[in-house]
Amino acid sequence: MKDLLIVSASPHISGRLDISLAMKAVILALLPALMFSVYIFGWRALLVTVITIVSCMISEAIMQRMLGKKITLDDGSAVLTGILLAFNLPPGVPLWLPIVGSVFAIVFAKQLFGGLGYNFINPALAGRAFLMTSWPSFMTKEWLIPTGSTLSGIDSITSATPLTLLKNPANFGPPEVIIQRLNEMATIKNLFIGKVGGCLGETSALLLLIGGLFLIIIGIVDYRIVTGYLVSFGILAFVLPTKANLPFHLFSGGLFLGVFFMATDWVTSPVTKKGRWIFGIGCGVLTAVIRIWGGYPEGVSYSILLMNVFTPLIDRFTKERIFGEKKKGVKL
Amino acid sequence: MSRSDLSIAIQSSENSAFLMSHGNVDYLRKMIILNSMLKGFLGGIHLLENKFTENLAIEVMPAPKRVYIPLSQHAGKSAKPVVQKDDFVKIGTKIGESEGFISASVHASISGKVLDIKQHPHPVLASAECCIIESDETEDWAAGMKEKHDYENLPKEELLSIIKDAGIVGLGGAAFPTHVKLSPPPDKPIEYLLINGCECEPRLTADHRLMLEYPIGIIEGAKLFQQILDTKHLIFCIEDNKKEAAKIFINENEEVRVLKTKYPQGAEKQLIKAVLNRTVPRGGLPMDVGCVVQNVGTCYAAFQAVKFRKPLIDRVVTVTGDGVKESKNLLIRIGTSAIDVVNFCGGFVDQPKRIIFGGPMMGISQYAEDVPIIKGTSGILVSKEVSSYEEGPCVRCGCCVDVCPMGLMPTEIYKLVKNKKFLKSKDYGVLDCIECGCCAYGCPSKIPLVHYLKYGKNEVWRLSKK
Ligand code: SF4
Ligand code: SF4
Repeated sequence: MKDLLIVSASPHISGRLDISLAMKAVILALLPALMFSVYIFGWRALLVTVITIVSCMISEAIMQRMLGKKITLDDGSAVLTGILLAFNLPPGVPLWLPIVGSVFAIVFAKQLFGGLGYNFINPALAGRAFLMTSWPSFMTKEWLIPTGSTLSGIDSITSATPLTLLKNPANFGPPEVIIQRLNEMATIKNLFIGKVGGCLGETSALLLLIGGLFLIIIGIVDYRIVTGYLVSFGILAFVLPTKANLPFHLFSGGLFLGVFFMATDWVTSPVTKKGRWIFGIGCGVLTAVIRIWGGYPEGVSYSILLMNVFTPLIDRFTKERIFGEKKKGVKL
Repeated sequence: MSRSDLSIAIQSSENSAFLMSHGNVDYLRKMIILNSMLKGFLGGIHLLENKFTENLAIEVMPAPKRVYIPLSQHAGKSAKPVVQKDDFVKIGTKIGESEGFISASVHASISGKVLDIKQHPHPVLASAECCIIESDETEDWAAGMKEKHDYENLPKEELLSIIKDAGIVGLGGAAFPTHVKLSPPPDKPIEYLLINGCECEPRLTADHRLMLEYPIGIIEGAKLFQQILDTKHLIFCIEDNKKEAAKIFINENEEVRVLKTKYPQGAEKQLIKAVLNRTVPRGGLPMDVGCVVQNVGTCYAAFQAVKFRKPLIDRVVTVTGDGVKESKNLLIRIGTSAIDVVNFCGGFVDQPKRIIFGGPMMGISQYAEDVPIIKGTSGILVSKEVSSYEEGPCVRCGCCVDVCPMGLMPTEIYKLVKNKKFLKSKDYGVLDCIECGCCAYGCPSKIPLVHYLKYGKNEVWRLSKK
């Protein structure tokens, strides 16, 4: 008996990009920042990262097993969630905290919604937000002093993140002096390179920028979200009343990590082109508003989470224009 | 996408060198042309072309022992058989008469005896009524054929009826009856006749070879169409991976537009957008913006029909793929079975895994080896290796939305179809899909989006008929 011919739907060729390749590319883009983090914060940074990765993978496998689904650790999404969560933790956290965060991220934010593709908020950010509300003291105090860092003479307090300094300068010394130091060229340079206190993976704007641009060039990250986010945030940080200058705002905190790696998460950002502009701009505006007027020093993760929630709505109102369609036919 | 827009912009300066056309095109129009080229069409993808057969001259495949000629090889109504079992036919004898306006006649492609008219595998319809003819090896032509006829002074009605009688259909793939396309209603004046030489599917080189080897026939055929439609402009549209072919047409003093290679450039609406920057309205036809698009192969077939009264009984087909010994560009009689063609090309390399009729993007995979070549068959791709993918979850990457040349949201539509929300999928434009395959090609989750979209389309049609 001859083998039967295979009948498959067109197209009969397929692009090389698949999910695991995309995840690998993102992980690769994050590696320089991770190595830098180990360099400035020591081996503990790596330890925290390994803990999140391993606990994310274990939670994913157990959940998929329990839900009777195929175990898809090889798609790399759990690893990526682990790295991103670690990047959003202070490097000095007690080691049980990353485990709790990972379990929450995978179990509650991802698998209970149906797994990859069905989660409407970014699991890593959800994990961080959960830890932030449950153990705020660990999440805002356990900063490590970066090796060889100098924030222009305020060395003794560098374990506070630059944004905390900006928010509450009086807690750390004479406010005018601190604000002035923050705006100095040397500070900006350290911020850009990443020799400052902060979450594990967010400090080096430079390396995150390189990784992000790499992802844009190979077409995995959408430039619309990135541009919308950076430009709208930049404009607001420039015009709104704040004591720091624009480069300070751009390079400090988790902005670049958020812009390139969290806001652009495929699953939780809109699929339409116009929607991605709106999403990016929304993130930028919210981040600026939280940073400048809000109670927290940092606004990136909450802004992105908030916009994640709006994503389905944005998609619905920004349907693509069908070829030859006269006016936008938004029918709901 | 931004990158492709950019590359078009860069390319267009090169293109301008190719914008030569006959002398009476004034400067201003050239500028408009250039401008329109900067725009191109939105969406689409850049594919590995893999056009390995582009340097192989067209070979004539001898008539096979037996042909299976389907009575339906075109869009519209199937032809009505006009021969019976045991009748003797010659090459060019009409065996199926067109039924109604949107239909096309079918002719015998070899001389011999009609063995039967019965169901047989069909490349598009799975199975359909076919007229099976066994050769008597005389290769006799029906009366009045293969003689030269003067056609310069024929009135347009006469030309149209010759084309209709010869069973000419669009050879680009859709097989829409040509006489219908050439008879727009009087309230739709046609300004532009575009001759489609894009051949944007990877691997296929049939049109390319035809343009290189029979340019005069194509030009004559195109002029006939121009005469029938009474259009002012006749433009040959060729992608820049076929510059040699473009040069030939430029040297013949024809107006040529060289387009940056991009899939699916050859789709009518995208071609019109890229060349003239006109947008065919949703649900409309090219004639709504004063255009008619004809494939180069169709031009050549029409030319032969008018000049020699030769009906459409053969066509150029690219045979390639790792599963066939020798790749070739062949002139094949309509109705020749795939297995005969492969045997002429040295046979299968190994047990074939998949046989595709058409290109890799839009072609249809076949379940039988004796499925016949029909008028719309532009290629036969044989693979001995087939990689299969497992459908993953949609990760909402938006790749499909970015590349869809029709501005659809395949990710939303496929979810609606999957949940059987067909009416809603219609709102999302499922019927506008041209099944080009760009979306599924790029989907990282390997979701067979085109499959879902086709299914959705059929269901919407079925529901609207009720
Ligand atoms: S197959 Fe249909 S939905 Fe997919 S890209 Fe082509 S036109 Fe768009
Ligand atoms: S390309 Fe595939 S995974 Fe991406 S949005 Fe479209 S359907 Fe979903």
